[in-house]
Amino acid sequence: MSQLAAADPYDVTVKSNGLRRRRIVEKVFGLLAIGAAIFACFILIAVLTTLVFKGASSLNLDFFTKPRPLFGEKGGIADALVGSALIVGMAMIMAIPVAVLVAIYMSEYAGPKVARSLKIVLDVLNGVPAIVVGVFVFGILVVGHGQSAVYGAFALAILMLPMVSRATQEILEVVPRSLRDASFALGVTKWRTTWNIVLPAAIGGILTGVVIAVARVAGETAPLLFTTSIAASEISGDVSHALPTLPVTIFVFSESPDPGEQAAAWAAGLVLIAFVLVMNVLAKLFAGRKRRQLEGS
Amino acid sequence: MTSTTYEPPAAPESDLRRSGIRLGDLLFKGIAILAALAATGLLGLIAWKVLDLAWPAIQNFGLSFIWTEAWDPVTQDFGALIFIYGTVLTSLIALVIATPLSIAIALFLTEIAPRRLAAPIATMVELLAAIPSVVLGLWGILVFGPWVRDHLEPWIQATPLGALPVFSGDPSQAGILPAALVLTIMIIPITSAICRELFIRVPQDLKDGALALGSTRWEAIRGVVFAYTAPGIAAAVLLGLGRAFGEAIAVNQTIGNRNTIPTSWFEPGDSLGSKVASEYVGATSLQQASSILYLAAILMVISLATNVVAQFIVVRFERARRAV
Repeated sequence: MSQLAAADPYDVTVKSNGLRRRRIVEKVFGLLAIGAAIFACFILIAVLTTLVFKGASSLNLDFFTKPRPLFGEKGGIADALVGSALIVGMAMIMAIPVAVLVAIYMSEYAGPKVARSLKIVLDVLNGVPAIVVGVFVFGILVVGHGQSAVYGAFALAILMLPMVSRATQEILEVVPRSLRDASFALGVTKWRTTWNIVLPAAIGGILTGVVIAVARVAGETAPLLFTTSIAASEISGDVSHALPTLPVTIFVFSESPDPGEQAAAWAAGLVLIAFVLVMNVLAKLFAGRKRRQLEGS
Repeated sequence: MTSTTYEPPAAPESDLRRSGIRLGDLLFKGIAILAALAATGLLGLIAWKVLDLAWPAIQNFGLSFIWTEAWDPVTQDFGALIFIYGTVLTSLIALVIATPLSIAIALFLTEIAPRRLAAPIATMVELLAAIPSVVLGLWGILVFGPWVRDHLEPWIQATPLGALPVFSGDPSQAGILPAALVLTIMIIPITSAICRELFIRVPQDLKDGALALGSTRWEAIRGVVFAYTAPGIAAAVLLGLGRAFGEAIAVNQTIGNRNTIPTSWFEPGDSLGSKVASEYVGATSLQQASSILYLAAILMVISLATNVVAQFIVVRFERARRAV
């Protein structure tokens, strides 16, 4: 296309109607498109630089090793870091096996109609607002039992499920038919083929999906508000009680009038976004590996 | 498992092995089916449970709850109109701003930018989507909000647009407009990513044909790219809208949380998701608690409907394209 554009089609029709206007529209369109792209990049850079400027000064060893302060004294967010790590870890354990199995069913067993319907179900599930998932888990688990980190993890797992499932299913469909046929021809059963041949071939793509889903749910606040928000600010590994988490801590501090708490919110936000960015870079690496592997085979 | 086929079929050991193999296959398939059923059941269970939770309020207030403009825990007067208004208004403003921007970004990445420039910009737009809503809300309330109050809103009022009632009143750092703009930032990466996927798949020879007939790049895009992807763009816009409807946290931080219907976009209001999020600590009365659950049910129905319509368009779009 670029060669065609470079040929400058305008000079051919010297006095066609509205050429001036068409040229202006073309120019304006080009500028608007570039402007929109610059705008999006600018917002990202603005948010990131603000986080670094306002958050970096609060980052020190205490911030990572001490729990939230109660009354103005110096403290950190270690309690929330531990809580978030435990809850996201539990959510992964709950969501990933089910998500991968759903994807295997869709790509290896189900007919095209069933697979398509399941795709729609997963996409609609992905569109359920996080706050509604929080209310749902509140209704089936928290009512009568009280808040707990496990319930928070369950809510995050519900959000992870469709993301990991769709990513896995998409990559399983790219695994070449010939790999499966070769395995069947050797007399290997279907489930062993799936387990030993198809899944290893797709592992890069599955990891990409998992990492992106983890990055996304690690920052989710809404489902945790109803399930694990009322927690003591101490470092605890007791998942049967509510644990403090990074997003809920940022949420509470962000609406606080106290500049000290606002500074802590910025620093915690910086930590959270650093994690999210690292996860996204990891996802890119896995995705690159996946592409090379599948292209090689 | 190896060389089972070479053994005589009657050999007992082979039979055992074969049934073992079949059992493994059956078991694996069974577990996979169960997982698929669980995922499907989960969607139904969420819909049922949230409606079930809201049921006492639905029975108590009836459907008129939806168009009742009240939220007063003291007099026990509750209604959803304030929050539906806030949700729909902020989301629509976000949609109107984000849609042209998203399409422009997608066009820039697929049609204009050289590949070396397109890749890093696409990554940055993806990263914009990766910012957690609570962090974007933090930035929205402490940095962006004050900027809107001190610069953007006075500027709007200085233009002829300032005569409109929606731009009247004192500028404020938390209100409908800041919340809508934060939502805009949240849905741009979603809509533009889907549009980019759509534009990439437009056949090159169609575009080349339009250019060869003497159309400008913009005319080729309008006549070919848009015509080819219009239903897909509609679905992308709806998915962005669904996301905006459901966002609770960033809106809660920036909308100002006031239980009235604002006349000016500069004034604070509240949205469905935001209201539900701010009452997590526990309502003071059973009446209020069940009203909150009613709000959650309304939010769920609105976003499910938006998503189902979007999926419906996607399915029809793909079927039509397969037919081509």
